Amino acid sequence: MKKEFKVIAELIPKNTRVLDVGCGDGSLMNLLQTEKNIEVRGLELSQENVQACIHKGLPVIQGNAETELHQFPNQSFDYVVLSQTLQAFYNPERVLRELLRIGKSVIISIPNFGYWKVRTKLLFFGTMPVTKTLPNTWYNTPNLHMCTIKDLFYFCDEKDIKIKKVVGVNEDKTSLIKRRNLEIKNLFSKLGIFLIG
Amino acid sequence: MDNKLENIKKLDVSKPLRLDCGKTIENFPLAYETYGKLNANKDNAILVFHALTGDQFVAGTNPITKKEGWWVTAVGPGKAIDTNKYFVICANVIGGCMGSVGPKNINPETKKPYGLDFPVITIKDMVRAQESLLDHLGIKKLLCATGGSMGGMQLLQFCATFPEKTFSAVPIACSSSHSAQNIALNELARQAIMADPVWDNGKYFLKNVQPKNGLAVARMVGHISYLSEKGMQEKFGRKLQEKADYEFSFDADFQVESYLRHQGYAFVERFDANSILYITRAMDYFDLSKQFKGGLVEAFKNQKTKFFIMSFSSDWLYTTRENKDIVIALNASGADVSYSEIITDKGHDSFLLNVPEFLKNLKNFIDTMYEKFKNEKRI
Repeated sequence: MKKEFKVIAELIPKNTRVLDVGCGDGSLMNLLQTEKNIEVRGLELSQENVQACIHKGLPVIQGNAETELHQFPNQSFDYVVLSQTLQAFYNPERVLRELLRIGKSVIISIPNFGYWKVRTKLLFFGTMPVTKTLPNTWYNTPNLHMCTIKDLFYFCDEKDIKIKKVVGVNEDKTSLIKRRNLEIKNLFSKLGIFLIG
Repeated sequence: MDNKLENIKKLDVSKPLRLDCGKTIENFPLAYETYGKLNANKDNAILVFHALTGDQFVAGTNPITKKEGWWVTAVGPGKAIDTNKYFVICANVIGGCMGSVGPKNINPETKKPYGLDFPVITIKDMVRAQESLLDHLGIKKLLCATGGSMGGMQLLQFCATFPEKTFSAVPIACSSSHSAQNIALNELARQAIMADPVWDNGKYFLKNVQPKNGLAVARMVGHISYLSEKGMQEKFGRKLQEKADYEFSFDADFQVESYLRHQGYAFVERFDANSILYITRAMDYFDLSKQFKGGLVEAFKNQKTKFFIMSFSSDWLYTTRENKDIVIALNASGADVSYSEIITDKGHDSFLLNVPEFLKNLKNFIDTMYEKFKNEKRI
């Protein structure tokens, strides 16, 4: 199980209702359902992943989060999860607004472009960084809007979105990110997990 | 053909059924077939609703037509709906012509076949008639109910009318209300039948004939709508039917013409023209949101049933859009719903054909639902 999913699962209380946007093969949904008795729903684009979810008995709707989130009513879920996809949308702000409309709270994880290895690759090699969390090259990456933990922090401030908790992840280590340690955590976290709304 | 219908399974429904049109029918036959065995816990029953020209003979060989059951691709031993494991039930809809009460049955008042004196029925009437079959078979709650096209429409109605009767539901390539395009196509089919002089206001049975030409055209209209433009082009293109060049006549020069004629005239052997009028009318009247004040969301309020809706990308009769509207309504009512759009060129007919992705989804869903249903019953 990915560390990221464990952190996300820890952020969500038992017996709640969760929508996993871009739920993939249903690993996180499965974890939430079996370990925390959470009522899960998934939205997933790929046919193969939808089949995998159906096979596991997980409720999943095949669809595109960029255009089809409107189908979910206001505040119909306790938590909406978006794992490492925000940067791939044409209009991340609109998607984020939709997530906040649907969920009472929203959990977003992002690959951190401010991670020191990413920074040094660009600084010393002068090419777009390719790392474990960012495995694609510039011409085939789905990521249109890369950002750093600090960027998302500032974005929430600017848009009046309440930040409830931020967790930085580096391999198996996790740490709480606050305003006072933002600079250093932005340098040493591979992933940022935001609980907002 | 009618003589053979005496040997099929029939339930005599004695309880009066008040129809949506206001009339009541009672002591009417409901023909059905079952496959596989109902287990001791009675938790392996799957109800299949058939489409416009279907019947109760889902799998194996249809004893009347001697042809394969209409859903042999999905139902049978080792198939997606495995009859070694599940007990599959299907009933002929009322208004139909495979043994259930319909326009060719004898009207007890006149001692002659009903013809157009048969009351106009609705999808809801069909579903309510079939509910008595579950009582008869001693099934309190189905593991799953499924159906494509009009079968899917019956299923949505079934879930809305009897929300406690099935643990899970798989509506396939259907709609919660018939679109203008679909009403128009049905009207074309009806007009073709009614324009045939043999039809004689539905009284053709008195002369023991059938408006074959009209009914065949009605079937041809249907067949065009079940395929996709791309699928048809790939299957037939401009290929000629067993000839080197045009014959400069109005015979079936093209393969596609020959195909339609064959489908049309094969159909008249097994179907009743008046039944087509009645069943297409029932489809046209179907509008689930109209039945429930507050619309479709209200229709699915408090649903415990687990839904899995599937549509086909090239289906222009019951489009992905229409299927997604059902998903949206189910979501809005908080129901447990899954949805998948199967990518295929095979059009509306896909649910009857060997479309592996579709059959795999169907199998996986039903199998996991069976495990969940057993667990739920245990608790």
